Amino acid sequence: MNGTGQQPELSSVVSAKGLDLTFQTNDGPVHALKDVNLEINKGDFVSFIGPSGCGKTTFLRCIAALETPTGGSLTVNGMTPDEARRKRAYGYVFQAAGLYPWRTIAKNIKLPLEIMGYSRQEQDERVRKVLELVDLAGFGGKFPWQLSGGMQQRASIARALAFDADILLMDEPFGALDEIVRDHLNEQLLALWARTGKTIGFVTHSIPEAVYLSTRIVVMSPRPGRITDVIESPLPKERPLDIRDSAEFIEVAHRVREGLRAGHADE
Amino acid sequence: MKQIMAVLTVVATLIGLWYLACIPMNMQGVLVEAERAGAEVAPPDAAARREMGGVSLALRNGFAVPATWAQERPRLPAPHQVAVELWDTTVLKKITSKRSLVYHGWVTLSATLLGFGIGTVLGVLLAVGIVHSRVMDMSVMPWAIVSQTIPIIALAPMIIVVLYSVGVQGIIPKAVISAYLSFFPVVVGMVKGLRSPDAMQLDLLRTYSASKGETFWKLRLPASMPYLFASLKIGIAASLVGAIVGELPTGAVSGLGARLLAGSYYGQTVQIWSALFGAAILAACLVGLLGLIEKTVLKRMGMA
Repeated sequence: MNGTGQQPELSSVVSAKGLDLTFQTNDGPVHALKDVNLEINKGDFVSFIGPSGCGKTTFLRCIAALETPTGGSLTVNGMTPDEARRKRAYGYVFQAAGLYPWRTIAKNIKLPLEIMGYSRQEQDERVRKVLELVDLAGFGGKFPWQLSGGMQQRASIARALAFDADILLMDEPFGALDEIVRDHLNEQLLALWARTGKTIGFVTHSIPEAVYLSTRIVVMSPRPGRITDVIESPLPKERPLDIRDSAEFIEVAHRVREGLRAGHADE
Repeated sequence: MKQIMAVLTVVATLIGLWYLACIPMNMQGVLVEAERAGAEVAPPDAAARREMGGVSLALRNGFAVPATWAQERPRLPAPHQVAVELWDTTVLKKITSKRSLVYHGWVTLSATLLGFGIGTVLGVLLAVGIVHSRVMDMSVMPWAIVSQTIPIIALAPMIIVVLYSVGVQGIIPKAVISAYLSFFPVVVGMVKGLRSPDAMQLDLLRTYSASKGETFWKLRLPASMPYLFASLKIGIAASLVGAIVGELPTGAVSGLGARLLAGSYYGQTVQIWSALFGAAILAACLVGLLGLIEKTVLKRMGMA
């Protein structure tokens, strides 16, 4: 784990210690997370990768206070996840864009702003800003069905960025999109991350996506859901798409694949 | 064009069947009249004719067929007789006349609309309660379902008698019966509609720490709109039935139900049928109007 607290620019944003989560189901208890220890530092881009049922989404939902851990400790910005949520610590992007069909794109982005009580003027200003950030300027008046799937997902990212959360939690946001669109969005996401300096937690199924985007890759395995490897990426911060053909990239991808395979071999 | 032809074919077939049905239905009466007028009918014995079916009588007295479509008090009036009566009592009569179907239609319509309004508000309020409170879900829903299993024709007189005894009469008892019939589809539709947002959309609002009220106004209510309109269309037709049924047991002197009742007292089948068609046309207009409002609203919401 990285040093915590000594250097201010490496301050820990998310800190999980011995985290456990057991779901009680009709078929008996399911161990969704077991003894998860992880520090996410400010400005990190952390990907969670692993097969279905490894608890990567569950861990993200714990950070968002959408699930409550049954054991261990978890702090977000030094607070409990619940408090952090009330302090608007994070924006959450789901697998589906989940835009309201009866709201225009601009009104969809205003949804959190309305709830958080921003003034009309402030709302308009922020909508304009985030629409530019996700390259959707001029689409504010359109309804969701008038946009492609990739544009809808960008709008949902804009919605998560509209209020000033330092953390962006993304649960397989590009999972339902085709590969060309996904490549494009990955590139844009990196640019956005560089411009905003946010801390990003990113759940994915795709090894290339995880390696291309992340500063750190958390490899997880199922039954019980646990972390099997944490890989620090040696790739530079500046990443054109063709970095994926470089030797370093292939080496990291190889290590991720090995980690995933090791997790499976345990069973 | 092809669709119009299909529709017209169905209508023509139905009208043709109707004319055919008039022949055996009215033959007995026509033959009695014809005999009185001095015509030869077969068989000549009136008692023997009563034993025979309408179809065999028609086969033996072909000359009497046109008369079955022109009787003054037929068992089954022919379509053109009903059409003429409808025309006479709507367009040709003054609206203020007691014999104007427009006047009677308005009496029923006003009770329908009032009952529909009450039923809709009640239905929406119950649905909101049911969605937000497990206790209400378990305690109210069964009663709402039971309420609809009681035949309204049995319940209507009791509602009118009870309300009369506490001094309420006129339009209100009819509206109450209307509301009784129309709240149910609204409850069922709105419960479904308010619960239609999926877990992800509810989670999204949780990440904003949205309150229950905000979740309702910003997510549940707009999401339920298509369901609401579907229920309203069923509800308004049920309201009209309720208002008409509410006019039957009181011996009301005005309203479509009163026209039905008076027609049956005096054997005025043409009047009964024209009142029935009046009610059907009214219901079609109301449902059509709601469809138009639905289209406009959903379009403005970007959902159509």
